[in-house]
Amino acid sequence: MLEIKKRYVIPGDVIIEGNYRPLMNVIKKDNFIIATRIGIAESSKDGIKVIPLSGVYIPRVNDIVIGKIIDNSSLSWEVDINAIFSAHLPAQDVFGRDFSPAKDDMKKRLAPGDLVTARIITFDRTRDPMLTIQEKDLGKISNGEFLKISSTRVPRLIGKRGSMIQTIEQATQTRILIGQNGILVVTGKNNEGIALAFKAIRLVEEEAHTSNLTQRVKDLLNVSEDVSQTETNNSSVNNEDYVNNSYADNNSNDIKNGHSSNNNIESNNNIESPRRDSA
Amino acid sequence: MDQTILIDENGKRTDGRSIDELRDVKITIGVIKNADGSAFIEFGKNKIIVAVYGPREVHPKHMALPDRCVLRCRYHMSPFSTDTRKNPAPSRREVEISKVMREALEPAVMLEDYPRAAIDVFVEVLQADGGSRCAGIAAASVALADAGVNMRDLVAACAAGKVNDKIVLDINDIEDKEGSADMPVAYLPNLEQITLLQLDGILNESQFDECIEKAIQGCKKVYEIQRKALIEKYFGNDLPEGEEKELEENKEN
Repeated sequence: MLEIKKRYVIPGDVIIEGNYRPLMNVIKKDNFIIATRIGIAESSKDGIKVIPLSGVYIPRVNDIVIGKIIDNSSLSWEVDINAIFSAHLPAQDVFGRDFSPAKDDMKKRLAPGDLVTARIITFDRTRDPMLTIQEKDLGKISNGEFLKISSTRVPRLIGKRGSMIQTIEQATQTRILIGQNGILVVTGKNNEGIALAFKAIRLVEEEAHTSNLTQRVKDLLNVSEDVSQTETNNSSVNNEDYVNNSYADNNSNDIKNGHSSNNNIESNNNIESPRRDSA
Repeated sequence: MDQTILIDENGKRTDGRSIDELRDVKITIGVIKNADGSAFIEFGKNKIIVAVYGPREVHPKHMALPDRCVLRCRYHMSPFSTDTRKNPAPSRREVEISKVMREALEPAVMLEDYPRAAIDVFVEVLQADGGSRCAGIAAASVALADAGVNMRDLVAACAAGKVNDKIVLDINDIEDKEGSADMPVAYLPNLEQITLLQLDGILNESQFDECIEKAIQGCKKVYEIQRKALIEKYFGNDLPEGEEKELEENKEN
């Protein structure tokens, strides 16, 4: 039920009048729904929300993020996840229940400066986020090129069912790890591929809210129309793609890069191995 | 003893404006790459740059509030911003304006959304020509929106004053020094609420009402400029046909 067409809003704009449920980045005052951030307003059967176009990453439970170890205390590592707070990775998570600072050396496993892929297990108003790396495909990242984008562009970079990121990966022969916090790690066989992937990612980041982005990315990568079969009718992609992939809807919180197709996940912890192309 | 003619026979002021005319305002967004949000405003001859960092962790930790965010503002004038060198150390006026600016922005920012965090707003005046606190507030509000901080509304600000017994809008430096009253006002345009009201000078009751009224009109004009700058930066060239018409209609209203 789309009473409002998808609209650009700034803080203080009245989106709609009436008894609707406020979801993300909106407030309800008297009988009006008012936007609180710059973004695209969207209504769905659950209510009204605004998909933001700027802002620092705010951690959410179950998000996959890429973080950098900054420091460690005797019982946990402090991890910078490019968010409003830094996160903690408890030593027990890595070493196991019988961890003791006396006999296990934390720095041997993870030293300051290392990058890790982790999942946020807790975060609320009273404490800092806590991470875990004890799951499939999580853990220390041993090589790759590091890139930071705005966390609000991540859904657009992933694309509908992973279409955008797959296009980039296939065309440049690289593997791209995406954290919901806007940190990316790109690994690939040759440097030109990696450089081209960077360019494509920057293009998506700068023009995330514009229409026909998929076509422009494909032009940049010199990809022909019939390469990827996961693309549906994408010749005139518009804001539909962007808003449909807002992270609230994106329950395909897949380990690597948010694809909802489960059979693409590698079942190994070795992040360097090249991904096979989807059949 | 030659007195400066503040309003001449034709009703023109020292810089050629009429009584109800706002100076030229131009806002550029996203000028500081390291900051989470930033804006540069040219309000007449004022040139002010604002950077917003946050929400981010509070250092020192004991200053963090458990249920809401801390908003910290610093208003500072560069030594070269006025014609005689201004001492870089914060003066009492700058401390006052920092406090007043924070109080003007706080009602607009939804601080409860970011407990235990801090938002830092730095306002640096590069060239001052009267009304810099209003210009600073207007730019800070745009920078906060650019940083993605949740806000109930933008904050627009404008000053009005009394010159030669006439109430004028947007006084510049000369009119500030030689005039008889200066009233900066900050206003939430959609919620229609005032968040800053100061008066420096003498006004009787009817002049006071007229002055507030004029300042609020000025704020509404500044709001249009803020809005246009934000929309251009974020949605600039990609507005579909319908949206553009909507913007035009909104401006006419």
